[in-house]
Amino acid sequence: MPDMQRPTLGSASFGLVMGTLAGAALLLLAAPTLVVLVTSFTDGYSLKFPPPSYSLRWYASLIDAWQLQDAALVSLKLGAVVTAVSAVLGTAAALAIGRSRRAWARGLDALFMSPLVLPALAFGLASLVFFSTAGVELSFLTLAIGHIVVSVPYVLRTTLASLAQLDPALLESSESLGAGRLYTFRRVTLPTIRNGIGAGAFIAFMSSFDNIPVSLFMADARNEVLPIRMWQILENSLDVRAAAVSGVLIAVTVLAMVVMERVAGLSRQLR
Amino acid sequence: MTAATAITAPGLAGPATAARPRIGREWTLALPLAAFFAVFFVTPLLLLVAVSLYADAEMTRFGLDQYIRFFGDTFNLAVLGSTLLLGVKVTALTLLFGYPLAWLYTRSGPRMQSALILIIILPLLTSVVVRTFAWIVILGRDGIVNNLLLSLGLAETPLRLLYTEGGLVAALVQVQMPLMVLPLITTLSRLDPNLLDASAALGAGPWRGFLKVTLPLSLPGIVAGCLLTYAAAVTAFITQSLVGGGQMLFMPQYIYQQTITLHNWPFAAAISIVFMVSVLGVVMLFNLLGRASKGYVHA
Repeated sequence: MPDMQRPTLGSASFGLVMGTLAGAALLLLAAPTLVVLVTSFTDGYSLKFPPPSYSLRWYASLIDAWQLQDAALVSLKLGAVVTAVSAVLGTAAALAIGRSRRAWARGLDALFMSPLVLPALAFGLASLVFFSTAGVELSFLTLAIGHIVVSVPYVLRTTLASLAQLDPALLESSESLGAGRLYTFRRVTLPTIRNGIGAGAFIAFMSSFDNIPVSLFMADARNEVLPIRMWQILENSLDVRAAAVSGVLIAVTVLAMVVMERVAGLSRQLR
Repeated sequence: MTAATAITAPGLAGPATAARPRIGREWTLALPLAAFFAVFFVTPLLLLVAVSLYADAEMTRFGLDQYIRFFGDTFNLAVLGSTLLLGVKVTALTLLFGYPLAWLYTRSGPRMQSALILIIILPLLTSVVVRTFAWIVILGRDGIVNNLLLSLGLAETPLRLLYTEGGLVAALVQVQMPLMVLPLITTLSRLDPNLLDASAALGAGPWRGFLKVTLPLSLPGIVAGCLLTYAAAVTAFITQSLVGGGQMLFMPQYIYQQTITLHNWPFAAAISIVFMVSVLGVVMLFNLLGRASKGYVHA
C-alpha cells in the first residue's frame, strides 16, 4: 500500500506547489498594470485604490497638457527613426553573423549584444563625455545615436533566431536553379526572417520609447522625451494625469502586442 | 543533447565547398554596424576610462585618485555591495516564481499558452515608468496593501512599504520576470517528454523526476534567465530611484548624482567603470556556470 500512496501524495504536493507559485507569479505580473488602469479612471485628486468614484476627467485633462503631448511626439519620432536604422543595421549584421562559425562572427555578436548587459546609465554618461569631447552639441541626432546602440541588440537577437530556422539547403537549391544573390534574398531569405525582423523592430521601438538612462544624458531641452517627463511628474508631485498617460500607454501597448502577435507571431519570435 | 546534434548536423553534412563562396563576401554586411559601434559605443567607453583617470574634478591632472577614493571609503563599497546583493535577491526570487510559471506554460494547451504568453510579456512592453508608478499606487500609504492590512485589522496605522528594500525587490521581480521566464520556456519546451515518462516508469515520483531530470536539463535556460535578470535588476535606475526612494543609494543613482548634481565627471566615470567591471564579472561567472552546466547536460 505505501507504494501506491507515495506517488499520489507526491504528485498532489508537486502540483500544488508548482501551481501556487505559478499563480502567484501571474498575479504579480498582471496586477500592477490592472491597478494603474483602474486608478486612471478616478474622479479624485489622489491615487487611492480603489478610487472613490470614476470619471474620465484626467483623460480629458490630457487634451490641454501640451508639455506631455510635445514629449510624446518627440518620443514617437525618435522611436520611428531608431527602429528604422536599427532594423536595417541589425538585419544586415545578422545576415553576416548568422551563417558564420568563425571567431570574428562570435566576437562581433558578443560586441553587438553587450549593450544589453552593460549598465545603460554608464553608456549614457560615456556618450555625454564622447559628444562633449568631440564638441558636438546635444540634439535629436545624438539622442537617436545613443538609442540605436541600445536598440540594435533586440533586432539582432530575433533575426539571428529566425535565420537559424532557415535551411541552408533552400539557399543552395535557389542558387543552383540560377537565382542571383539578391533574388534569393528577396524570395527565400527575407520571407523566412521577416517575422523575426518585425518582432525585433517592435521591441526596439518599445525599448527606445521607454528609454530613460540614455535619454537622461543625451536629450537637450528641446528634445524632452515622454518617460523623462513622466519620471519628473512622479518624483515631484504624483500628478493623477500621470495615471491617465499610463492608461493611454497601456491601451496602445496591449493593442500593439495583440496586432504583432497576429501579424508576426511575436511570442514565438521572442522565445 | 538531441537538439545540439540536430543544429550542427546540416553544417557538417552539407556540401561545404558549394557554400563557401557565398559566405566569403557576406561578412561585409556586418561592416556598417561594426563601424557604428566602433565610433558610438567602443570609443565613448574608452573615453570614459580616460576621464576616470583624471585626478581632480577639474580634469587637469592624471592619476588613479578616483579609484583610490572609491575603494578607500567603506561607504562606496557598501553602495557597490548592496547593489550587487540587490541583484542576487531579485534574481533568486524571480527564479523561484518564474520557473513554475514556465513549467505551467509548457504543460498548457495552445489557447491557454497564448493567454499566458501575453501576460508574461506584458511587463516587458509596458513603460518602465508606468510599472514603477503602479508600485507606488500599490505600496503607498493609501495603497492596496495598506488598505487591506488596515481593514483586516493586521495593522493599526499605514505601514511604510514604499521606499523600503522589500518594496523595491517586489517591484523589480515583477519588472524582470519576463527576462527569466522566456529563456526557461525555450529550454523546457525543448525537453524530451519521454525522459520524464521513463523516469516515472522507473518509479520516480514527480518531485524526484523534477529534481533529477527536468531541473538539471533546464540549467542552460536557468543560467540565461539569471544572467539577463541580474544585469537588468542591478541597472534599473528608474525603479530603484522611485520605489527605493532617497533612503537607499544604489550604483546607478550614485553615477547620476555625481554627474548631474555634483558635476564630478572623473569620479562618476570611475564609479561607472567599477560598476561595469563588477557586473561583467558576475555575468562572466554566470556564463562559466552555463558552460559547465552544458557540459554536464551533454555528458
